[in-house]
Parts: sequence; C-alpha cells; structure tokens
Amino acid sequence: MPETGAISASSLDLVFQTRGGPVHALSNVDLEVAPGEFVSFIGPSGCGKTTLLRVIADLEQPTGGTISVNGMTPGEARLKRAYGYVFQAAGLYPWRTIEKNVRLPLEVMGYPARERAERVAHVLELVGLRDFGRMFPWQLSGGMQQRASIARALAFDAGLLLMDEPFGALDEIVRDHLNEQLLALHARTGKTVCFVTHSIPEAVYLSTRIVVMSPRPGRIIDVIDSTLPQERPLDIRESAAFLELASRVREGLRAGHSYDE
Amino acid sequence: MRTVLSIATICLAVLAVWYVGAVFLNAKWERDQAARAGVGIGWAEIVPATMSQERPVLPAPHQVAVEIWKTTVEKRITSKRSLVYHGWITLSATLLGFVMGVGLGILLAVGIVHNRAMDLSAMPWVISSQTIPILAIAPMIIVVLYNIGISGLLAKASISAYLSFFPVAVGMVKGLRAPDDMQLDLMRTYNASAWQVFWKLRWPSSLPYLFASLKVAIAIALVGAIIGELPTGSQGGFGARMLNGSYYGQVLIIWSALFGAAICAALMVGAVGLAQRAVLGRTGQMR
Repeated sequence: MPETGAISASSLDLVFQTRGGPVHALSNVDLEVAPGEFVSFIGPSGCGKTTLLRVIADLEQPTGGTISVNGMTPGEARLKRAYGYVFQAAGLYPWRTIEKNVRLPLEVMGYPARERAERVAHVLELVGLRDFGRMFPWQLSGGMQQRASIARALAFDAGLLLMDEPFGALDEIVRDHLNEQLLALHARTGKTVCFVTHSIPEAVYLSTRIVVMSPRPGRIIDVIDSTLPQERPLDIRESAAFLELASRVREGLRAGHSYDE
Repeated sequence: MRTVLSIATICLAVLAVWYVGAVFLNAKWERDQAARAGVGIGWAEIVPATMSQERPVLPAPHQVAVEIWKTTVEKRITSKRSLVYHGWITLSATLLGFVMGVGLGILLAVGIVHNRAMDLSAMPWVISSQTIPILAIAPMIIVVLYNIGISGLLAKASISAYLSFFPVAVGMVKGLRAPDDMQLDLMRTYNASAWQVFWKLRWPSSLPYLFASLKVAIAIALVGAIIGELPTGSQGGFGARMLNGSYYGQVLIIWSALFGAAICAALMVGAVGLAQRAVLGRTGQMR
C-alpha cells in the first residue's frame, strides 16, 4: 500500500458565502482514511458531513487546507473516476430500465459492450436484483431502487465508495437488511467506504471507524475505532461492546451539540 | 365508455345550441322575404325554412355536413372543388412548417441552455416574436420571401414555422433544464462530457416537455399555414377556400373549410399523442 491513505485531509476549511453571511460548513478538518476502511460520518444536520463527502468527490471546493484522494487532488481523482457516489435518493433515470441505469456509468466511461453486460449482471447479482434488470425504476420499491443505485456505483472499477445517507428514506426493516448486505459487500469487494448517516446504530454496526461531527462550524469532534469483530450478525447490536460504542457516539454528539441555539 | 358518453353529451349540446342559433340568425332573412312578398309568416314556417337557406347567416349543422360530404366523398381529390385537394395543400405546408419550427425551437432551446450569452439575450426576442399579431406580419413575410425567390409551399411553411417554434423553444428550455442537481452531480462524478450529459440526461429528461409542446405546435402550425394562404391569393388550401367563400358570400364553403381544418388539427394532435404514448408510455413516464 502507498504511504498516502485512500483519503487524507488536513486543516480543511470550507466557507459558503450566502446572502445571510458566511456559513462555516467545514472548519479545520483533519482526516486519514486507509484503503479498505469503512468510515462513517455521523452528526446532526448542518455539521458538514455531506459537505465533506462532496469535497472528497470534487463536487465542492474547499476554501482552505489540503485534501488528497488516492494521493491525488479530488479533481484528478474524479477525472480518473476513482470513486462511486451513492446519493440520498436513488436518482435512477426513469426512462432507463434497472439494467440500463446500472450500465450508465459504463457507457459514459466507454467500457466495451461485452464487458458492460458482464459487469451489469455481476453487480445486480451482488445487490440481489438479478431478476429485476428489465424493469423500470417505478416498478420497484424504494429499497430496491436504492440497491440498484448502489449497484450503479459498484459497476465500474473504483476503489472508493462514497455514500451520502443512502438508506435515510427507507423503513427500519429494509434498512437492516440493506445494512447487512452492505457489510457483506464491503467484505467481498474490499472497497474503501465513506458513509454519511444520521443513525447511531447504523454507524456503529457498519463501521471500522466512526467520525463524529458537530455543526456551527462543521467540525470533527471525535473519531472512534470500532472494537467489533469483522463478522457482524444483526444481533451483535444487542452486545455490550456495541452498546458501549453507541453510547460513546451519543455522548460525542451531545457534547458537540448545544440545544440552546 | 364514460369518455365516449361525455364527448357525445358535449357534441349534442353544441349541436342543440347551433340549431337554435341557426333558427334565430336566419329568421330575419325569412321575415324580410315574407314582408317583401306581403305575406304574413309565423314560426311554424320560419323554423323549417331556416334549415335550408342557400346563403344563411349561420348554416345549420346538417347543411355543413352535406357540403363536406359533397366536397370530399363525391369529388375526385384532384378536383379544385374537393376539400381533400385543398386540405392536402394546407397540410403539406403545415407539416413542412412544423418540422422547420420544431427544429428551430429545439436548436434555440439547446443554445439557450448551453450558452450563457444566448440565455441572457435570446428569450426576450423569442417572446416578442409572438406578441406581434401574425395576421399583420404574415403578408410582410410572404412579400419579403417572394422577393428573394421563395413562394408557395415554403413561404406558407415559414409562417407555420414562425408560430410553431415558440412553444417548442419554451418547452424545451424547461425540459432541458429539468434534470435536478443530483442527476447532474451524478454525471459529474462519472466525469461525463457535455455531449454525454446532453444525450444521456438532458435530452431524455426533456421528452415529456417536448411532446406537450409538439401538441400545441402542430395545431398552431396549421393556423399559420391557413393564414399564410390568405394574403397570397393562393389558388388552393383551406385559407384560399375560406377567402373565396367570403368573397362570394358562400358561407357553407367557409364553414366546411373550417371544419376540415379542425378535423385535420384533431388528427394531427392525435398523431402526436400516439407518438408520445409510443415513446414515453413504455417507460412509465406518462402520468
């Protein structure tokens, strides 16, 4: 492995100039993510977790500090198609079938036709949508649509997966199921995952590391290494180690969040 | 079944109002005739008489129907008295103008969406082009085009295009801008080229808007072609038919041309609807 991690940020700053004055979305953020890690970013609305993910993806430009992705600038990494991005909503194109939605990045990136079909079949299998390729997005449930969007991000060779609250709009049961699948996927593919979430159990269950963030200004207030084993059945969430981690995250969130504002 | 019933109800209501209108509007002439002849006349004589005047103020529906029947089915379509003959003349100009207008509208919209200078400057001109009464500007367009050697079909088509590019341009600007930030960001994460963003995202997103615009565009393209026929003194087409009708006081000819035009418009809008269903219905985008 190269000495630079998958993601390396130091004293990152981002100030949005809005009509209501400057908004400090990110302040003095230092972060190291090693290849193969599963890092969750958790915090209340406005803590800059999504902004941080968008900076990594070169969808926002930092106003200060440095950041590198796979040893490159985020811009270079984007040009090299180094990451797959999963948005809050599935955002499938309604005029394309599931298959063709998953094929979209492959078309854009110019993969040869035969390889496209293989890859589409492979990732649809991975997310359990093998039999749904010919359907249109509106014919699928919200959870299945989100799975298709994950397949879309996995279809091409990017070592990094950036996920912005991908399960936020789904109900608890579906969410549990997808969390389990995501863990299995992470284990199988060995990709580096950056995962933004609101949910403490989700963050603790999935991550090898949890980054707790706080708003005004958006900053990192705690980084917690998970003590959970790699193998994680769903009922690990009732174990003592799990609850301890969860309470540490909760405390971090509470400390960084003043309700007087 | 319910739609058939509701359409039939409206048709019957329109026919009823029309018949009543025909009786009252045509009664004056019958009374004048009676007064001139020095005989008294009552409603019992007036009502049937108003149904079959040769030059009624408002012809009765069945008179129009008979006139249309005579000038379509009973005439060879090459005859200058055939409504089909005139219909085709107008229709060919309409379709040519429609294609030109749609092309122009789409090109303008693409320019407006992709070029900042056009975005800031073109739209006011597009809108003001439609604030000028077409009846006023059509003769000038015809004259100008005639003097640079364009007349007939192409001249009429250009009036159609002048009218029909507008809804397409406005609809397509909206349609090409329909993709939300997330869909655009997704393309950005793929490092997609502007060309790819256009063909894989903007263009398919705009299709529902395009079809809505096309329905308006094809109807007004027909209006444009008819208006284009008025100032040229052209020998054929619905417009020429209407003009002739009004020169010679042949109200029936005007009405049958009107109906011919209305039927053509309905068929063309219906055809666009079918195309829309074929393109969008399959993907569940028709809601």
